[in-house]
Amino acid sequence: MNESHKRGRIGDLLFFNVTRAFAALTLILLIGIILSLTWSALPSIKAFGFGFLTSSEWNPPAERFGALVPMYGTLATSLIALVIALPISFGIALFLTELAPAWLRRPLGIAIELLAGIPSIVFGIWGLLVFAPIFGEHVQPWIAKTIGSLPVIGSLFSGPALGIGILAAGIILAIMIIPFITSVMRDVFELVPPMLKESCYGLGGTTWEVVWRVVLPYTRVGVIGGVMLGLGRALGETMAVTFVIGNASLLANFSLFMPGNSITSALANEFAEATPGLYTAALIELGLVLFVITFIVLTLSKLLLLSLEKQSGGKH
Amino acid sequence: MDLVTKRKIINFIALSLSLSAMAFGLFWLIWILWMVCEQGFSSLSLALITLDTPPPGSAGGLRNAIVGSGIMVGLAMAIATPIAILSGIYLAEYGQTNWLGKTTRFVNDIMLSAPSIVIGLFIYAVYVTHLGKFSGMSGAIALALLVIPVVVRTTEDMLILVPNALREAAFALGAPKWKVVLMITLRSAKTGVVTGILLALARISGETAPLLFTALSNQFWSVDLNEPMANLPVTIFKFAMSPFADWQGLAWAGVFIITLTVLLLNVLARVLFRKTGSQY
Repeated sequence: MNESHKRGRIGDLLFFNVTRAFAALTLILLIGIILSLTWSALPSIKAFGFGFLTSSEWNPPAERFGALVPMYGTLATSLIALVIALPISFGIALFLTELAPAWLRRPLGIAIELLAGIPSIVFGIWGLLVFAPIFGEHVQPWIAKTIGSLPVIGSLFSGPALGIGILAAGIILAIMIIPFITSVMRDVFELVPPMLKESCYGLGGTTWEVVWRVVLPYTRVGVIGGVMLGLGRALGETMAVTFVIGNASLLANFSLFMPGNSITSALANEFAEATPGLYTAALIELGLVLFVITFIVLTLSKLLLLSLEKQSGGKH
Repeated sequence: MDLVTKRKIINFIALSLSLSAMAFGLFWLIWILWMVCEQGFSSLSLALITLDTPPPGSAGGLRNAIVGSGIMVGLAMAIATPIAILSGIYLAEYGQTNWLGKTTRFVNDIMLSAPSIVIGLFIYAVYVTHLGKFSGMSGAIALALLVIPVVVRTTEDMLILVPNALREAAFALGAPKWKVVLMITLRSAKTGVVTGILLALARISGETAPLLFTALSNQFWSVDLNEPMANLPVTIFKFAMSPFADWQGLAWAGVFIITLTVLLLNVLARVLFRKTGSQY
């Protein structure tokens, strides 16, 4: 064996192990995040136990903390965002894959992706200084007059029209997650074998029927995966929500017009000023709760998307 | 009404709704960009880059915030890029089928969408508390952790695109694997990898949440990495939430700078990617 051959083999071994170490680093990081957050939240976990998740009291001076109000804020804003973003994203993906002329697809696709690229702080300042005043002055009174007068749902849409609040935060989150859901939907719609669609067209199906009866059933799993991805994004979004949610850690009633607090906005507003000890630990436990929820949602999303890839990979 | 007409009407309604959804999406994009340009332009001035952030009521700019952001973002890229490229290489060249590769790929994809504020908390817990104070260095590390998943993902995707014939040709000449990877595959996937780096750069340029309790912010000029460091996003957050009109003006100017940077980086990445995309 000559000298350069030997050097090559040592180099190979070294290179393999170095790259492997860095790949393992990603895994170690994830475990590190969970462990370190749990460790730092330990005082709060010990003090409040499971009651942390069910108490709505958030009282820093008395050092009594419960996660119910911020958890409600996070879930409510994310669900509003999902309800709005889902049909819109579906419409856009349908437009981009079936309706738009070929020359328009690329620029429009890029435009939607640019919307995804806009930093969340831009959505935040725009939401607070531009959107919220218009929303509070013109849209909210109208919603209160129309939907607000309905029996059961009405109570969700009542109260003072402040502009900011849970509903405004949900709407801005919707705008932010539309690009994420849209791009997954577009990608999975393109996975549908043309033969399937052409068969339906050949039987005389309209574009809508092709999409509703062929494309959507075929890509169902992927679509759900995309929705979960959007939900994961919405749950963890910080700045846009912090600007417009109103930051009230009291839950007077369930009206969506009221200001509230989400896990992320509580962290963003209070963490840097929190006194070390139980207060900080409680905030870190909030972060841990958020991380665990998003981790589960994103894992589900990933598993669903992978299973669609496998399915269509097998059929081709 | 016969069945065909009904189906046609449903089709028409559905497709019109689809068109309006598209218009709805574009409407927000245009409205936001329009406001950012309008408000940003009116607040632009030379003082932005020559003066530091002012107390309310006096003239000032964003010099310390711009420089601070530049330092932290640059440092984050310098830390994260080599780590991410190496682990991307592992995933593409060694880890296609083994469990480490599969698990890492899965976890990496999840980290790609994990809440950035939690990354900030993590760095606070492991770094800031041990040092006992907020610092520019901790901000840079937090941003680096956000860069890694993006670059790992694109590096792997781009390396997989490289045809095997290229690798085989190099092996046939007797090159060891590390030489093949570094000098053949990585080199031919270069533009794609750079695209990923640019996208990651775009992503962290506007990130605010992970900096809130790592770098904090600083009213004054400081380039000391062991002290709290001013940065654009947190300054914008603070100024936009304030009741002072001149602070809000500065916030808009900052938003204008960030949006312009991020959009330019995105466009640049896409132009580059189009070149590689057509290569194979």
